[in-house]
Amino acid sequence: MGPMLVSLYVFVLAGFLGFELIRKVPPTLHTPLMSGANAMSGITIAGALTLVVVAEPRVSVLIGVVALVLATINVVGGFLVTDRMLSTFGGRR
Amino acid sequence: MTGIEITDVTAVLALGSIALFVLGLKRLAKVRTSRSGNALMAAGMLLAVVITLIEVGRVDYRWIAGGLAVGTAIGIVIVVRARATKMPQIVARFNGFGGAASALVAMSLFWGAVVEPASAATTATVLGGTSAATMVLSVLIGSSTFSGSVLAELKLSGRIDGAPRIPVRAALMGLLLVGGAALGVVGAFAVTDTTLAAGLVVGLLVAAALAGIVLVLPIGGADMPVVISLLNSLSGLAAAATGFALANNLLIMAGTIVGAAGLILTQIMCKAMNRSLVNVMVGGYGGDGGGDADTEYTGVVSGDAEEAAMVLEAAESVVIVPGYGLAVARAQHAAHEVAKALAEQGTRVRFGIHPVAGRMPGHMNVVLAEAEVPYEQLAEMDEINPDLSQTDVVIVVGANDVVNPAASSDPTGPIGGMPIIEVERARRVFVIKRSLSPGYAGIKNELFERDNTVMLFGDAKEVLDSLATELSA
Repeated sequence: MGPMLVSLYVFVLAGFLGFELIRKVPPTLHTPLMSGANAMSGITIAGALTLVVVAEPRVSVLIGVVALVLATINVVGGFLVTDRMLSTFGGRR
Repeated sequence: MTGIEITDVTAVLALGSIALFVLGLKRLAKVRTSRSGNALMAAGMLLAVVITLIEVGRVDYRWIAGGLAVGTAIGIVIVVRARATKMPQIVARFNGFGGAASALVAMSLFWGAVVEPASAATTATVLGGTSAATMVLSVLIGSSTFSGSVLAELKLSGRIDGAPRIPVRAALMGLLLVGGAALGVVGAFAVTDTTLAAGLVVGLLVAAALAGIVLVLPIGGADMPVVISLLNSLSGLAAAATGFALANNLLIMAGTIVGAAGLILTQIMCKAMNRSLVNVMVGGYGGDGGGDADTEYTGVVSGDAEEAAMVLEAAESVVIVPGYGLAVARAQHAAHEVAKALAEQGTRVRFGIHPVAGRMPGHMNVVLAEAEVPYEQLAEMDEINPDLSQTDVVIVVGANDVVNPAASSDPTGPIGGMPIIEVERARRVFVIKRSLSPGYAGIKNELFERDNTVMLFGDAKEVLDSLATELSA
């Protein structure tokens, strides 16, 4: 099985997993869940990191740096804002 | 194979990162464990970054360090400066950044591998067919997610008003999406001149950005929860497409989970309004009523806080139904004060929350939690409806369409068949509202004319404040 086919397997199975994980979420958690999932979509940060590995400011590197900054904002801000919302939720009587 | 390669180590670690994401998301979906779930997901992300840094090996770290530092600082500042009522905007903004980042990663890959070496071969030859095709897909989805989310943020913050109809919108959308994709495909598969290929791919980026604007512009108000969850899903799919382009299974896995989760949420939101996704996306819904003969009211009774307080003092059970107006007036603390005053006199108080009240999924829960309303007092629509006929008083705060009996009395109307909170069944209903103006659906609310309804006109916060004062006097 070639690497692309493996990726296709990953894609389809992850789709099913996503559906199953979210199916029974109480409405109370809709916003934090969306916000947390949104932070998770910042995984593209891992892609950006592999593209900015030379010092020379070529166009491709500059585009990659912008991507890296945006992805980092998405990740850091996303998880922080979710935590901030959740700190006011539940766990407290 | 000779011994253990570094890529084997990172592949195993990547599995750990995925496990943290999945466990985190599972815990995030339960109230008691949600905060730790979020922390687990963040740990998974940190691990993913560490793995990637191990994989790239010894390189020049200046851009990496700079990018991570600047992004972290901006992310922290945005969150620290945000008020609780601005959460929908912040979520929309981060979503847009995620989409843009995915599109730009694909662009950077294309530029570095194809345009800069001026290789005199097509992108498909250089990167491989699948990678070239998913690069196009990533730019298409990521760029439209970005522009759509930015526009959604502007709409949520009220800087862009209304939901203007765009003539021949469906055709325009199709043209931009299909045309943009065509530019990308030609640029990636058929062109060996790299300058031309670059131009075509930039054309794709621009066309996709315009498509995002055309998609979101005619949608507004109460339909925003659907749009936000759809954009959330798209930002995940953009990351997955980028994962295919880079042959990175971590991106594919995490991105697809987000994509699927966002689609589920979109479906839940549509169901809560009894409308299809297509119907919402067509947009331009309601809102243009205004001086319609349909929206004239007769026999409306209005009262003041003092009278309302007297009724409330005698009530044994009270349900407060919040809507977007509560968030706009920042009346959540005042609502909590009223609830506290009622609880002190021994009244059973609950908040009845409609799934699409507000401008994003779960908006009211976030706003009320910020005012420290105990979680136990928040009841979902299905939970509160059977109790309403035994409820003494309902206070509707800044909600309209989600309590409009026309949903069942006029099945063919704009909100026909939408599940509502059936407040008209309570013994007495107080509606706190600025005026009799229609809600997002642009239709009359016969609740306001009912014998058991009393209107308390005014700013939600002021009215609730005076209610709280009267009750504790």
